[in-house]
Amino acid sequence: MSAEPSSLPANRRMREAAWTALFLAWLVALLATAGALFLGEVMGKSPCVLCWYQRIAMFPLVAILGVGLLTSDNHSARYAAPLAWAGWAIALYHCLIFWGVVAEGLVPCGKGSSCADADVQVAGVVPIPLLSLVAFTGIVVALWVARRGARA
Amino acid sequence: MNRKSIVLGTVVAVVVAFLAGVVVFTSRSNQEVKQAVQTNSDALVRPHSPIFGNPTAKVTIVEFLDPSCETCRAFYPIVKRMVNASFGQVRLVVRYAPLHQGSDTAIRILEAARQQGKYWEALERAMATQPQWAAHDRPQPELIWELIADIGLDMAQAKADASGPGVDQLLRQDVADMQALKVDRTPGFFVNGTPLRDFGEAQLRALVEQKLKGANGT
Repeated sequence: MSAEPSSLPANRRMREAAWTALFLAWLVALLATAGALFLGEVMGKSPCVLCWYQRIAMFPLVAILGVGLLTSDNHSARYAAPLAWAGWAIALYHCLIFWGVVAEGLVPCGKGSSCADADVQVAGVVPIPLLSLVAFTGIVVALWVARRGARA
Repeated sequence: MNRKSIVLGTVVAVVVAFLAGVVVFTSRSNQEVKQAVQTNSDALVRPHSPIFGNPTAKVTIVEFLDPSCETCRAFYPIVKRMVNASFGQVRLVVRYAPLHQGSDTAIRILEAARQQGKYWEALERAMATQPQWAAHDRPQPELIWELIADIGLDMAQAKADASGPGVDQLLRQDVADMQALKVDRTPGFFVNGTPLRDFGEAQLRALVEQKLKGANGT
C-alpha cells in the first residue's frame, strides 16, 4: 500500500489527522456522558425513554473510542459509527417530538418523565434533545473525517 | 505530550470538573432547601397532621410520605422504632407527598380510617400490602378497602368520608406544603426543621441524635 517512501509523510499526516478527529469525537462523547450523568444523578432529572436510548448509544462510545485512542487504532471509528448513527437518529426523532413536529402519543412515554416535557431543558433555554443531536452530529462528522484518514 | 497522556489527562480533567460540579450543585440546592424551610417554617407541621408518639416530644421528625413509595415502606418500621425507643423524646408527624399515580386515593382511604380512630392500623396494613396494590404501572389503591376490611371500620361511613371535603382540604394543603418545602422525592424527612439532605437510615439517626443532644442542652 504505502511502499513508496515518498508517500510516507503524507500517510502519517493523514493518520495523525484521523487520530485528532477520533480524539474530538471521543471528547464530545465523554462530555456528553458526563453531562447526562450530571443531569440524571446529581440534578435528579429522571431520563425519559428516548433519553435512555440515546444514553445507550452515547456511553459505549467513550470506551470504544477511548481504547482506540490509547492503542492508536483508527479502526475504532468503524465500530463507533453504528452507535453514533443510531444515537443521531434517536436524537433527531426526540427533537421532532420536543418541537411538536411529531405527536408524542406515538412513543411509549406514558410512565416516568415525558419526552416532550419543557423540563428537558438546560438552564431553561437549551433543550436536552437538541444538545444530544448536536453532540451526535459532531461525533458522526468527526468519525467520517477519521475514516477518510484511516483509509490512507 | 504523547497520545496516552493527552487521553488520560482529559479523563482526569472531566472527572475533576464533574466532582466540582457535584460539590457546587449540592451546596447550592442544600442552601435553597434551607431557605425554603426558613421562609415556610409553618408549612412543616399543620394541625391536621397525624402524630405518632408523644405530642409534646422535644424532637419532631416530619416525614413527607407517599403510601405507594417502596422506600417509605422500608423506612416505616425504622422510624416507628426510633420513636418507640426514644422514651417520649421523639415524635413523628406524617405529611403526604402523593408523587405516584393512585397515591391520593390511598391517602383518602387512610384519612377515612383516621376519622374512626384506626389510622395507624390502616397505614401499617397499607404499607405491609403495598406490593399488592401499588404497582407503579398499574396502581389499584381501591384494593386497600378490602385489605383493611378486618380492622373494624364502619365501611359505608369510611367510603363517604374518603371523598369528603375535609380530606380534599388536607390533601391540597399537604401538596402545597410539599412544594413550598421543595420535597420532590419520598420519604422527605425534616428533623426539628432541618432537612435530611444526605439520605439514609444512618444519616437520619445521626440527625435525630444531634437534635436530641441540642434539645437536652448537652
